[in-house]
Amino acid sequence: MITNSKSESREKYQAFIDAGFKHTTRFFAFAVLALLAGIIAELFIGALPSIKAFGFGFFTSSDWDPVNVQFGSLVSVYGTLATSLIAILIGIPVSFGIALYLTEISPPWLKRPLGVAIELLAGIPSIIYGMWGLFVFAPKLADTLQPWLIDHLGPLPVIGVLFQGAPMGIGMLTAGIILAIMIIPFIASVMRDVFEIVPPTLKESAYAVGCTTWEVVWHVVLPYTRIGVVGGVLLGLGRALGETMAVTFVIGNAQHLSFSLLDPGSSIASTLANEFNEAFGKVYTSALIELGLIMFLITFVVLAFSKLLLYKLSKREGEKS
Amino acid sequence: MNLYTKRRIINAVNLSLSMAAMAFGLFWLGWILWTLIDHGFSSISMDVFTKITPAPGSNGGLLNAIAGSLFMTVAGIAIGTPIGIFAGIYLAEYGQRGWLAPATRFINDILLSAPSLVIGLFVYQIFVASTHHFSGWAGSFALALIVIPVVVRTTENMLKLVPNSLREAAAALGAHQWRVILFVTLRASKAGIVTGILLALSRISGETAPLLFTALNNSFWNANMNAPMANLPVVIFQFTMSPYDDWHKLAWVGALLITFGVLGLNILTRVLFRSKTNLH
Repeated sequence: MITNSKSESREKYQAFIDAGFKHTTRFFAFAVLALLAGIIAELFIGALPSIKAFGFGFFTSSDWDPVNVQFGSLVSVYGTLATSLIAILIGIPVSFGIALYLTEISPPWLKRPLGVAIELLAGIPSIIYGMWGLFVFAPKLADTLQPWLIDHLGPLPVIGVLFQGAPMGIGMLTAGIILAIMIIPFIASVMRDVFEIVPPTLKESAYAVGCTTWEVVWHVVLPYTRIGVVGGVLLGLGRALGETMAVTFVIGNAQHLSFSLLDPGSSIASTLANEFNEAFGKVYTSALIELGLIMFLITFVVLAFSKLLLYKLSKREGEKS
Repeated sequence: MNLYTKRRIINAVNLSLSMAAMAFGLFWLGWILWTLIDHGFSSISMDVFTKITPAPGSNGGLLNAIAGSLFMTVAGIAIGTPIGIFAGIYLAEYGQRGWLAPATRFINDILLSAPSLVIGLFVYQIFVASTHHFSGWAGSFALALIVIPVVVRTTENMLKLVPNSLREAAAALGAHQWRVILFVTLRASKAGIVTGILLALSRISGETAPLLFTALNNSFWNANMNAPMANLPVVIFQFTMSPYDDWHKLAWVGALLITFGVLGLNILTRVLFRSKTNLH
């Protein structure tokens, strides 16, 4: 009898630990959710003085005048969108080419080392990109690509306005190109992963009716993986929108609205990195936090879309198998 | 030109473009690494590891920055890892039913790619603004918040690779679930989880933006986590933006150290993970 009650109490003790363990893990899973809510709430609280002071005008004003305490987000938002757009325009075709090479062309023994090399590009810290961009890449651009753009594209109607000014090296174009290099590995690795889920029978049937490699990729692989590809591109866009240090070094940090891509500008992230620690007064700091909030909300929506598309693709795969 | 040749030509052109894209990607990697070796290698000396950051024009090293980075990285990993592992266990082992697991998984995936700058702002708001000073702890806390999503994701993935028969076998012997998780599944996926931690380590080693708002910098030797703390990324940032040549040289050395450290970690995780997958 004694042994029985002993084992019973041990049983109870174990059940108690079991429940405790489960609740602990659940608590921490919940903490991840709470972290997101906390970030949004804290940034909103921090941004309140600025929201009260400028209201909706914050989005339409291009003023950034710490002395007279007048702030608007237009310059930074334009810089963020313009640099990210350049990055995406360069990044999509190159990433597609890399994914195509890794899945269809590369000899098997080269696949792994080349894949790792491209992923290492994503491992390089963004501050290194910035430093290299400032000291090495920007001067090269100022000597080569930029004078060419000014001479050949500058006089053109409509798009000419994007290529005015002096070849200084730094500016939005340089920032966009560096962003492109940084997001290529992310987009390429998503594309490669989704290309690899295409059922071999589909590709083999296309080859069997006489398609070339390119036709198989363009007419079979791409349509099959469309959502995944878009998901990968959005992931890259989300990265580009929030990238800080690389942009801060090369964008020039001018709070002045200019449409020319060769002029120095500012992105949300670069404005924050440059000015946050030197900001004086409540409204100045708060305006910077509001910029951060805007950036977080934009990237959040882009990344959420990206994830939903990728989930959809993997779910479709799961149902089939 | 007949249709067949045309198709062959389009194919050849596009496949060459694809190869060119590959070369384009490798070109940047090569150029950046070469620049780092070219500029950084010549300035490496014992001084870098034994002296603290100098005033412009005098000689010095990066000792305080390297030490500060190490302190904060270790603290960040130490705070973030257990939280990440627990949350990952929940997602993999208890997350079959209910709303919490899918929601957490989704949010975690977004936090994984969210701008680290925002993490810095958040920690500034809740930590620095209320204590009224920058500190090493605030920096570690910000780094920990970046570690968590990485560890959550890898822990969940690794635990899901463990075959259910192992769990069932342990349960059939009368083990309670917490014992099954801690002593069977977690142990079976040890190598994978270590990989995740190393991955997180390589993520945070080069993080600059969150430290800028939390740990700031310190020109002097400091081992007090409650005070502003020097760290390699922010020192590189400030030195690069300065007009002094000798500061630029030190920044290059710092950049070389960080990059090869991070890339080394990256390759190490791949080797570890590969040897693990080869076992199965």
